[in-house]
Order: sequence, then C-alpha cells, then structure tokens
Amino acid sequence: MTAHSVDPEKDPIRPGSTNVVTIVVDGASVTGVRGQTLAGVLLSAGYVSWRGTSRGDRPRGLFCGIGVCFDCVAVVNGLSDVRVCQRRADDGDVVTFQSDHPDSSVEEQSSDAP
Amino acid sequence: MKIVVIGAGPAGLAAARAALDANQRVVLLDAADDLGGQYWRHLPSSRPSSNEAVLHHQWTNFVELRARLEDDPLCEVVTSAHVWAIDRAGIHVLVGPPDGPDRERRTYPTDAVVVATGAHDRVLPVPGWELPGVYSAGGAQALAKGDRVAVGERVLVAGSGPFLLPVALSLANSTSTVVGVVEASRARRVASSWAARPWELVGARTKVAEAGSYAREFARHRIPYVMGRAVTAIHGAECVESVTIAAVDSSWAPIVGTEYSLAVDAVCLGHGFTPRLELAIALGCQLNDRRFVAIDEGQRTSVVGVYAAGEITGVGGADLALVEGTIAGHLAAGGRLDDEVLGQARRHRATWRRFAARLDVAHAIGERWSQWLTPETTICRCEDVTYQQLRTVARVTDSSGLRSLKLTSRAGLGICQGRTCGRTIESLLGAWSNEGGLIDGVTTDRRPIAVPVRLGELRVDSRDAATD
Ligand SMILES: Cc1cc2nc3c(=O)[nH]c(=O)nc-3n(C[C@H](O)[C@H](O)[C@H](O)COP(=O)(O)OP(=O)(O)OC[C@H]3O[C@@H](n4cnc5c(N)ncnc54)[C@H](O)[C@@H]3O)c2cc1C
Ligand code: FES
Repeated sequence: MTAHSVDPEKDPIRPGSTNVVTIVVDGASVTGVRGQTLAGVLLSAGYVSWRGTSRGDRPRGLFCGIGVCFDCVAVVNGLSDVRVCQRRADDGDVVTFQSDHPDSSVEEQSSDAP
Repeated sequence: MKIVVIGAGPAGLAAARAALDANQRVVLLDAADDLGGQYWRHLPSSRPSSNEAVLHHQWTNFVELRARLEDDPLCEVVTSAHVWAIDRAGIHVLVGPPDGPDRERRTYPTDAVVVATGAHDRVLPVPGWELPGVYSAGGAQALAKGDRVAVGERVLVAGSGPFLLPVALSLANSTSTVVGVVEASRARRVASSWAARPWELVGARTKVAEAGSYAREFARHRIPYVMGRAVTAIHGAECVESVTIAAVDSSWAPIVGTEYSLAVDAVCLGHGFTPRLELAIALGCQLNDRRFVAIDEGQRTSVVGVYAAGEITGVGGADLALVEGTIAGHLAAGGRLDDEVLGQARRHRATWRRFAARLDVAHAIGERWSQWLTPETTICRCEDVTYQQLRTVARVTDSSGLRSLKLTSRAGLGICQGRTCGRTIESLLGAWSNEGGLIDGVTTDRRPIAVPVRLGELRVDSRDAATD
C-alpha cells in the first residue's frame, strides 16, 4: 500500500462527516470520500498511474497536483485530457485510463487541448 | 470602474480586500472552486474540518478575509473561473468544471487588473523521477490539505528550500512516516546567509518563531533533516521502491563514494518555484532579469492599469504575498503609495523581501546539479525526451537556440507546454552553449492559451455571457 486516505478517526484536523462517493474506474466500482478529487479517489484506491505517454506509453499518474503538469489526464465521462487532480469526484463519474500512444486502441473523444 | 483580480491566493485575496476598503467594485477570479490559493488549500465546504489550523499558519486570518469578500456586495467572487486567454477584447474566462465541457464563457475588461497567479513547484529531473510514486512537493501538500490523502507510508521529502518543512509536517500529520527531509544546500551556506547583517531581520521575529516550531515538530515526529545531500536516483519496477542519496558539494555536484540508499514508497521533490507568468505576459507585462513580473514600488507593472502581487513577482512566501496584494489592490483602486493605510504594509514588505532575498541565496539551485543525470534520465515528462536525446539534438543542430532544440527533440512541446521542463531545458542549453552553441533569446514562458479549451466551448452560439 502506498498512497491512502487519512483515517478520519485518527485525523488530527478532525474532518466533518465522511460521505462516500462512488465512481467507475476502467469498469470497476471504486469508492472515495465525497469532496476528494478524482485523483485523490484513484490514489486512495491503490491506483498510482492511469495514463500512458504519447511516445513511450510510459505510466503517469499525479505529479504536480495543481493542474500544471498534465501528467494526470484521463478520460472522464467520455471526454479525454481531463486533469483529474483538478476535478472533484461526483457519484457515477466514469474514469477511463488514457493512452496517448498511437498504437493504443483506447477509444476516446479527442479534445482540442493545445 | 471594476478591478479584476486574477488569483485568489494570499496576494489576490489581500488585493481584493484593499480595493473594497477603498470603495471600489471588485471581480475576483480563480480556477479553483474555493478561495485560498496554494497556501490556504483546505477541505471543501462539504466536509469542513473543525481543526484546520493544524495544517495552516494564519488560518483565522484566511477565514476573516474570505468572509469579508463574500459578504461585500461590491465584490463578485467567481470560482471555477479558468482564465484561458487575454487579448485586446479583454480577459477571457470559462466558468465551470476544469477542462469542460460546456463551461460558460465570460469576458472582463482590462482597465484595472491585479495579476496574482502565484507559482508552481520547480522540480529538477533525477534518474527515475518519472516513476509513479514521485510527486512534486506541492502536489503532496495539495493532496494532504485538500483531499486528506497521504502520498505514501514511508515518504522522503527532498530538494531545496524552506517549503520542504511544511510539506514534511503535513505528511506527518497525515499518518505518513517521513523517513527524512534532504536539503541540497549545505549547512554552511545557509548559516552564512542568515548570519550576515542580522539587524535586517528585526521585524521578521515571527519567522524565527516559526523556525523554532518546525524544529520542535520535527523532533516530535522524529523526522531526520539532513543538509548538503540530494536524491540522485529513484528506483523501482512499476512504482517507487527506493532512493539513492548522495552528499553534494556547494554546486550540488554529487560526491562519489557518499551514496547510500533508503527504502521508500513515495518521494516528494521541490527545488524552488516557477512563477505562473502566461497571463501577465499576455497582458504585455515586462519581466525582470530574474524572470518574474517586473514591478515598481507601487506593484505597478510595465502596463498602465495592470498590477502584480505575490509569487509572480518573486518567491517570498504567503506573508509577502499578502502585503504585496494589499499595496496592489489599494493602488489599483486609485489610492496612493504614500497613503497612511499602506504604512504598515510597506514596512512589512521591506522586511519580508529582505527575508526572501536571504532564502534565495541560501537555497539557490547549484550550477552543477545536472551531474546527477544519466543519459537515460527523462527530461521532458510529456514527450519522454531523455537527457541523451536532448544532448544529441543540441550537438547535431549545433544547439543554435531553444526553438530549434525544442522543435527537433520535441522537448517542451507536450501537453504541459513546457511548464515542467522548460526552465530545465533552458538551463541545460545555457550550460552547453559555453561549448559553442547560442541562445536565441526564446524562453518557455509564453503560452497564448493559458489553459486548454475545447473547440465546442468556443462556438459562437455557446453560452456566451459577456460582462461589461
Ligand atoms: C502546490 C503548492 C502548495 C503550496 N503550499 C504551501 C504551504 O503549505 N505553505 C507555504 O508556506 N507555502 C506554500 N506554497 C507556496 C505558496 O505558493 C505561497 O506561499 C503562496 O500561496 C503564494 O501566494 P500567491 O497569492 O502569490 O499565489 P497562490 O496561492 O499560488 O494563488 C494563485 C491563484 O491563482 C490561480 N490561478 C492561476 N492561474 C490561473 C488562471 N489561468 N485562471 C484562474 N486562476 C488562476 C490559482 O488557482 C491560485 O489559486 C505552495 C505552493 C504550491 C505551488
Ligand atoms: S497532476 Fe499535474 S496537472 Fe494534475
């Protein structure tokens, strides 16, 4: 186990009520804490990478955490290139791993990101 | 007149308040869905913490500031507001979820603007830094504060600068074991920059107290802090498993024979900060020789009506950002620099700037850091360009400049638009140019489209809400 959500019972900052949010990751149902970003939910659920780079299809997950590096992009509800570190998880969100490698067969709606 | 403040971190919040105090109307824009910027990132209102102050200095200051702005009818607070371009027609904003779809289009005037877009981590490449489980120090901090997610069980924090301290403490307060904080600057250099002209630090007593509280907290959490060392390689098959640490000399070149390794499941790296300049550049603001937005005593940029505050004018921490914001907001609202209300802010600004200048000297990136790179080290994370590929392209094309180097190697041309590797490539190219190449004056700071936009969102019939 690497990344994990802080156990609310042991959390020194005493967070408010912890409601569950449920998303779908590559077909599997995954739960997180309401208010977390999609990246937070993915990391707490044990995913460390969810994208392949365009040249080498190398794995990428979260890096900068603030929307600057674009390492964390994934297909969210059918839309590719969504920075999951910037998006709060909503019930029913569907996250699909994104490969930017030309050989990859992942079907996705292309975006117009620069 | 309406004063548009871009960025709701300490600088932008203080600017908005100062402009409201001078009875002007304010529009405060931020891409995040809550106020606070990087410094005051916190749990969302759906899950408020009753003890947020554990992770924040000056938390009550923020709560008051936020209430002041949200309660004032003269202040229009627009969150989830992505400023994606600025041109003659105005400040172009898409309001809605990050990266769309279907965001609302708005345009705001540029007559009076305070730019307070802050900075992001500068992370130097290290062999293995592209492995999952390696995070920027700020990224780990953002996850800890905003999501209550700890990036690992056994975490190493490494790089340079005082920012490593709050990151390590947040992790420790998020049930991680911090196996160490590794600072590349050597103790002697840090000590000498502090010991010089101590009278200049009078007024910065709170910082000395802060340093004391870090020392106590590090002891309580048993976090080892070492100086004059750097992470020179990160290892793992699928994910981070261990790091190699080595002693470095004063130029950050690793000293052979000093290496040792440590088992970890996450690494947080930070070697300083890079200002988020694209909007200031789009407004036409000139940069200074240190590559921050150039400002005068009144926080005025080179463009009439445009002010800048916070980390885009120099890295100095939240206290400096707050007072710069106060001065910028007051002047943008038509106030004068010698108005009495600014007396305290100006005095504090002078103190915090002296403080920042020392940190700059103490923790500046050593000029021979690249000695820890190997031919296979990834330099550009987006396009998987290695050190060797970059070096080869530079040689073959006679490294005549950044533009040709980028076009041939594709380094810096990926989806992040060179935000992560841009300054590194410039620094490598600069070092190689001693061997015969030339720099063409091109930098990686210009990005006409600041955040990605979907073509569908630009259709004429898309929800267009031009604001006066
Ligand atoms: C990830 C991260 C975490 C940090 N955490 C700490 C910490 O815990 N403690 C500490 O002492 N220092 C921290 N720092 C240092 C910190 O940057 C400063 O001390 C302080 O936050 C600077 O204030 P600022 O107002 O200049 O900028 P920021 O606080 O960075 O605020 C800038 C704001 O501008 C907004 N913005 C930028 N571009 C756009 C755009 N195109 N459209 C709309 N909005 C935009 C951003 O969303 C952000 O909210 C952190 C830095 C980073 C990068
Ligand atoms: S992790 Fe860098 S953009 Fe999301």
